[in-house]
Amino acid sequence: MSAAAEMVAEVTYRDACRMALRDALVRDTRVFLMGEDVGHYGGCYAVSKGLLEEFGPERIRDTPLSESGFTGIGIGAAMNGMRPIVEIMTVNFALLALDQIVNNAATIRHMSGGQFGVPLVIRMATGAGRQLAAQHSHSLEGWFAHVPGLKVLAPATIEDARGMLWTAIEDPDPVLIFEHVMLYNSGGPLAAGAGAVPIDKAAIRRAGQNVSLITYGGSLPKALKAAEELAGQGIEAEVVDLRTLRPLDDETICASVAKTRRAVIVDEGWCSGSLAAEISARIMEKVFWSLDAPVARVCSAEVPIPYPEHLEQAALPQVPAIVAAAKGVVG
Amino acid sequence: MAKSAPRAKSTTPPKTKSQAKPPGKALKSKTAAKVPAPTAVATSDRILRYYRDMLLIRRFEERVGQMYGMGLIGGFCHLYIGQEAVVVGLQAALGPEDQVITGYRDHGHMLAIGMEPKRVMAELTGRRDGYSKGKGGSMHMFSRAERFFGGHGIVGAPVPLGTGLAFAQRYQAGRGVTVCYFGDGASNQGQVYESFNMAELWKLPIIYVIENNQYAMGTSVKRASATVDLYRRGESFAIPGRQVDGMDVLAVRAAADEAVEWCRSGKGPMILEMKTYRYRGHSMSDPAKYRSREEVNKVRTEHDPIDQVRNRLLEGKLADEARLKAIDNEIREIVIAAAEFAQESPEPDVAELWTDVLEAI
Ligand SMILES: Cc1ncc(C[n+]2csc(CCOP(=O)(O)OP(=O)(O)O)c2C)c(N)n1
Ligand SMILES: [Mg+2]
Repeated sequence: MSAAAEMVAEVTYRDACRMALRDALVRDTRVFLMGEDVGHYGGCYAVSKGLLEEFGPERIRDTPLSESGFTGIGIGAAMNGMRPIVEIMTVNFALLALDQIVNNAATIRHMSGGQFGVPLVIRMATGAGRQLAAQHSHSLEGWFAHVPGLKVLAPATIEDARGMLWTAIEDPDPVLIFEHVMLYNSGGPLAAGAGAVPIDKAAIRRAGQNVSLITYGGSLPKALKAAEELAGQGIEAEVVDLRTLRPLDDETICASVAKTRRAVIVDEGWCSGSLAAEISARIMEKVFWSLDAPVARVCSAEVPIPYPEHLEQAALPQVPAIVAAAKGVVG
Repeated sequence: MAKSAPRAKSTTPPKTKSQAKPPGKALKSKTAAKVPAPTAVATSDRILRYYRDMLLIRRFEERVGQMYGMGLIGGFCHLYIGQEAVVVGLQAALGPEDQVITGYRDHGHMLAIGMEPKRVMAELTGRRDGYSKGKGGSMHMFSRAERFFGGHGIVGAPVPLGTGLAFAQRYQAGRGVTVCYFGDGASNQGQVYESFNMAELWKLPIIYVIENNQYAMGTSVKRASATVDLYRRGESFAIPGRQVDGMDVLAVRAAADEAVEWCRSGKGPMILEMKTYRYRGHSMSDPAKYRSREEVNKVRTEHDPIDQVRNRLLEGKLADEARLKAIDNEIREIVIAAAEFAQESPEPDVAELWTDVLEAI
């Protein structure tokens, strides 16, 4: 490691996202950022603050409220040689662009017999925890992970917030990046030389041998906290951060479960038809004979996320539920 | 407040569709017109009523702002301060068969309709007595009894939903009209134009009220819209449009009368662009750095909807200071009571999490 890379600064997840954007804009003039209030307002979660001043309105482009329209424009620009970064304020509004993403971005390479690719990055916030109720709080990344032709990322750490974007931009296919709203203010050290990271591998965030806690995004800090508590009770949990939701890194998941023989999946999406369901099925298909207990899942309550804080928190995966599920499978 | 005052003299709707028009020729502003200053004669009672209703919204919203600052209200919270004349003028033209739908900046609409301030406030504090039992919060409130269809957090969504409300009204062959509010920012959503087309095609009784407060979060109309005369957005569908001074409650009322008449008589939809202004940030978390303090102050001092009516009342000797003071006091009491109620109402039980997901399990 170079001396520069060793120098460490304390940054927030939001800063790391901004550094990644800035880096991409500096490195490649084909890159531009487009979305609602990304410029003058500085981004609805203040991620792009200051970028308009530095890069100008051609490259930091405020759009009208037209999610379907500007996502389609991003797809067209990507087919035509650009490297657009489209920001959609939250996944909830991405549903207005679902047709563009699923019917166009994901299919064009295949339908054109490989003639056209869509090297587009779409970033958006996801998740609950800010009392925004049922139209601004859902975790729908699992839906996108259903679709062939897309790559789906969920950076949960400062390093990944900083490093996944560049790899995504270099990727020849559409990549969706989900940033959990409760992570933006989280802080941590970042090496000055931190840069691109792979986007096809899960990571072990804590090693253990009694149970695998498999999670991603905004649930990672909760899983780590649960692991801490479990350790106090003599249970060593291994925490697997998926990082990439499509394609899933089966190898890392299955190696962990084969070692610990027990799995708890923590997913802020709803249980039915979820990413957690998919992972559970894969564990069943691939390492069934290593299991000592049925796979357990901790997901959001199957209700629209409510407004009052105590109800919202009651709807979401929480540390005590993760601890209880882990103890349940450890027996 | 739902009681509608006697009708102001309405301007005759212009002929908007000439069968003889050569195909392909653009409909020029025959369908769309800037409305001149109101000539509507309004009685002092009626103007006093507008004054009271606007003041209620203003004071209520100021209190909401304080309570948000104290941490009693959470989530996103969008105040209506500055725009009061729009809902008050429109609501005055409506009758008991009419219905309303809007977006997330909805507190003023609910108060103008006559929904109870204390229950609106209790929803803001997330309590059991709120209009959505606390589960919707600021952006998502409804009242079936008052025919208020929300309170929607997805920008643009009230437009197709409202068009559907009007579809049902027409289908049921009643007299009712739907008033569908949305913002200048929302007017750039594609679903708006799909709705416009069907509304005119099927002659649905809907008034599309574009509350043009000049900004969509931090994006000014000029930076988001290729054409800024939003009342003309229906031209290619032959929907008549009017641009109205949305800071002047009498102008709003006059335009509303015309639009209601137009819709009731089966002529189809109409667009009213209300030129208005929000004084506060987009939501409580917006420091509003994208516009100057002078810009805001200019509107506040020169075009404030409440001051305008106040001056009219005093200058025209339609009311004296004592009368206005009495109204101020009445409003203060209502707002204080609402704030107290909203803090005393119990929190919803955790079991409420599981209710209302489906009608029956
Ligand atoms: C589909 C969708 N996109 C983005 C948002 C985020 N958002 C909420 S309000 C708003 C601005 C809307 O402006 P406008 O329509 O002018 O209404 P105003 O807030 O001025 O009343 C934005 C971008 C949203 N809620 N829904
Ligand atoms: Mg606006």
